[in-house]
Amino acid sequence: MEKLKVRADDFETRRNHLRDLSDQELYDLFWKYANDTVKPLIKLAYNHTTPAIERSVLLRMGFSSLEAKVLVDKTIDHQLMGKGAGHVVYRYSKLADLPLREAGLQLMKDLGWDKVLTSFGVKPC
Amino acid sequence: MLKPNEKLDLRSLLKDLDQYEPRRRGWAWRDHQNELVLNGYHYSDASAPLKQGVPLPAAKYFNNIDPQPMQSITTEIASGRFEDDIRRMRMAAWHGADHIMVIRTAGQSHMDGLIEGTPQGVGGVPISRKQVRAQRKALDLIEDEVGRPINYHSYVSGVAGPDIAVMFSEEGINGAHQDPQYNVLYRNINMIRSFVDAAESKKIMAWGKLLQIDGAHNANATAKEAWKVMPELFVQHAINCQFSVLSGMEKQNIALSTVPPTTAPAPDLKINLPYAVALRDFFKEYRMRAQMNTKYMETSTREATVTHVLNMMISKLTSADIQSTITPDEGRNVPWHMYNVEACDTAKQALIGMDGLLEMVSVRKDGYMKTKVRELKERAVLFFEELLGAGGYFEAVEKGFFIDSGCYPERNGDGISRKIQGGIGLNTVYERDSDYFAPVTAHFGYNNVGQYNESLKNSPAKLINGCTFEDRSKIQYIDELDPEDNVNVRMQENEKYRSSSLVKPEVEWLGDGTVVVDLMLPTSMRLAEFAAIEIGKKMNLTDVVVIHKENLHPSEGTRIQIKGKVAFDIDLNKLVLPPEPEALSDEEITAYVKAHPLVIVAGTVGEDEHSVGLREIIDIKHGGIEKYGITCEYLGTSVPIQKLVDAAIELKADAILMSTIISHDEIHYKNMKKVHEYAIEKGVRSKLIIIAGGTQVVPELAQKQGVDAGFGRGTHGSQVATFLIRKKLEAARHEN
Repeated sequence: MEKLKVRADDFETRRNHLRDLSDQELYDLFWKYANDTVKPLIKLAYNHTTPAIERSVLLRMGFSSLEAKVLVDKTIDHQLMGKGAGHVVYRYSKLADLPLREAGLQLMKDLGWDKVLTSFGVKPC
Repeated sequence: MLKPNEKLDLRSLLKDLDQYEPRRRGWAWRDHQNELVLNGYHYSDASAPLKQGVPLPAAKYFNNIDPQPMQSITTEIASGRFEDDIRRMRMAAWHGADHIMVIRTAGQSHMDGLIEGTPQGVGGVPISRKQVRAQRKALDLIEDEVGRPINYHSYVSGVAGPDIAVMFSEEGINGAHQDPQYNVLYRNINMIRSFVDAAESKKIMAWGKLLQIDGAHNANATAKEAWKVMPELFVQHAINCQFSVLSGMEKQNIALSTVPPTTAPAPDLKINLPYAVALRDFFKEYRMRAQMNTKYMETSTREATVTHVLNMMISKLTSADIQSTITPDEGRNVPWHMYNVEACDTAKQALIGMDGLLEMVSVRKDGYMKTKVRELKERAVLFFEELLGAGGYFEAVEKGFFIDSGCYPERNGDGISRKIQGGIGLNTVYERDSDYFAPVTAHFGYNNVGQYNESLKNSPAKLINGCTFEDRSKIQYIDELDPEDNVNVRMQENEKYRSSSLVKPEVEWLGDGTVVVDLMLPTSMRLAEFAAIEIGKKMNLTDVVVIHKENLHPSEGTRIQIKGKVAFDIDLNKLVLPPEPEALSDEEITAYVKAHPLVIVAGTVGEDEHSVGLREIIDIKHGGIEKYGITCEYLGTSVPIQKLVDAAIELKADAILMSTIISHDEIHYKNMKKVHEYAIEKGVRSKLIIIAGGTQVVPELAQKQGVDAGFGRGTHGSQVATFLIRKKLEAARHEN
């Protein structure tokens, strides 16, 4: 994408359509633009996840930072980020009837991934 | 409970940290006092006084009152060793800080995950669970000691923002910087990753009730001409505010980090004040954290302090919920203990000094102010228009819209440009499938809880019987990972300065041995700089570095400050201390004087017009010795030596109180000697008690001139009266 070039200050002409707005109208316009700018970003965040988000989920589920990192890395390796790393652990604990932490620790040792993949309808790699 | 005369015991603080639970969540604002009266003064904008603290130096003239301003006062602390920072936090809290901001170690924002343990940092502290837990626990003790809640703050940014937000919320951290734009512009973290992470971080912070501060102020420090980014700053603030609200934060927990962008010799207020007013108009629903200007900080602590006082005038004229302080030495080194304390005192002094300012003056809403304020707002709206026209935020960043040194719509083509498909963390964002799920509280975005239990849609953590936010026993606490780089090893290395009577000068770390030498060399700057280093070496300092130089005149003089390290320490147990000045009780003095009337003659000698100090010693209204019934003959200022002694002879006085303030060329000591010798000449020396006082008087040196006693700065009338009585009793014993 081309970067902006040098431009002289054309404020006086550029502001023509703002000149007659009241202070309140200007305020409202400013916040309308802020909202228009942010909305697509929020939508993006709503429908996506990241390794950091999934680690934060696992932290809240009672895993340490070191454990969370390994579990997320393995979730990425098994292409299950779209399901959620916390979901993977939760699903395995249900499938194997294990306490949540125990399920996570087994997955860290590469146990149980086939079951998880199958249950999500994904072919094991 | 901490005791003022005891140091905070770090070893006991670190004990049982795994069991620690924070006492509260969220930010604590100061308690405004509607009608605070201290020492007869009525304060309009003050908060509740502290239970314990150190008042301003001049407070001794005002019954030691220590009024506290309304604003939370921030101090930024991060020496790289969190254990030493704890001591600094305690000192800062005693001087009025209630917002402790811990700067992170260099590079932490690029670490993909939490740091554990307590490694040493560079330019900041590695933020870990153990480190924040220890510091929050220490602040619990310190806030009980000073009697005011203390807010603890660090950063939720980088590629581990959500991880840190969870840890901070669990650990009762009260505030944090969070602004995805900071990641993008200054840390080159992929912009998609930054914003996706940020929504989760903000949602978590909202649960933890952390006060959020944005990162827009960095534009000032980065831009070539700081004030020209003013229009853009509105846009940056608005993006973070609106994104935060849509992520689930309450507006009352969202603060702007705002900085007066320029400084003198530019016309500071003319540029900074309209900007501050326009900002507060547009962001009236949000909190303001007033940062101080750092862009133009040089090594002069005096210049930085004046800049910051001018900044605080803007805080008072507009509004600030939090007044940040920048240490005046930040322009020359990682801040030192005493400068954190100085900066807190500067804020307290300036804000209390300007108490009630808006009851006396108001900012004009016409003329220059009206035009400038409106212009800034319009420029900001125009920036948004072009941003949206370019396709949105990401496209605008890629085109280099931000941190351009032109005052928008002027453009210089030198903005920071980041690629949408670039930066750290590229391609680490994953689309959520329709069955995506996370069984935790405060999770942002799409979450298909219904696939397991439709009724728990709003409380997904119930599916796992509560996450760490409901049941903190689930938190996994890690103590240390590195056997070498940790607090236990560091404390072992400098243990002798913690648990023995040895003491060493210190600026940031226990036993660092660093001292500053302040010099004036009568030569040019370049020669002075290298001469100063040699002087430091001859003083047996090691690691000598010039930290400040100032041109007094191109050839006549240069002021130089050097720092260096001393190799020795001092054993406090081997010190021989002179006796502390003693004072009889008021009743004892009054009883003696009633039985043995005393007459004294007093005056300021030489060509010296100072009178305040002496009047404080003698005047009844200042609590001076007249109140005991001592007859005082005050001769005034610039009294000739002979006149003082002659008057004493004529009035049959028991004593002479000579005041001598001017100390140039040791004139004060020379005059003492003259009084002593003239009294001998007149044959009255043995009958007269001669006492010399003044701000530059060292008691031992005064006695060497022949006078009976010398009293320096901070002397009270009772001490002088006590000395007179002791001397009279001694003389009576000799006669018997």
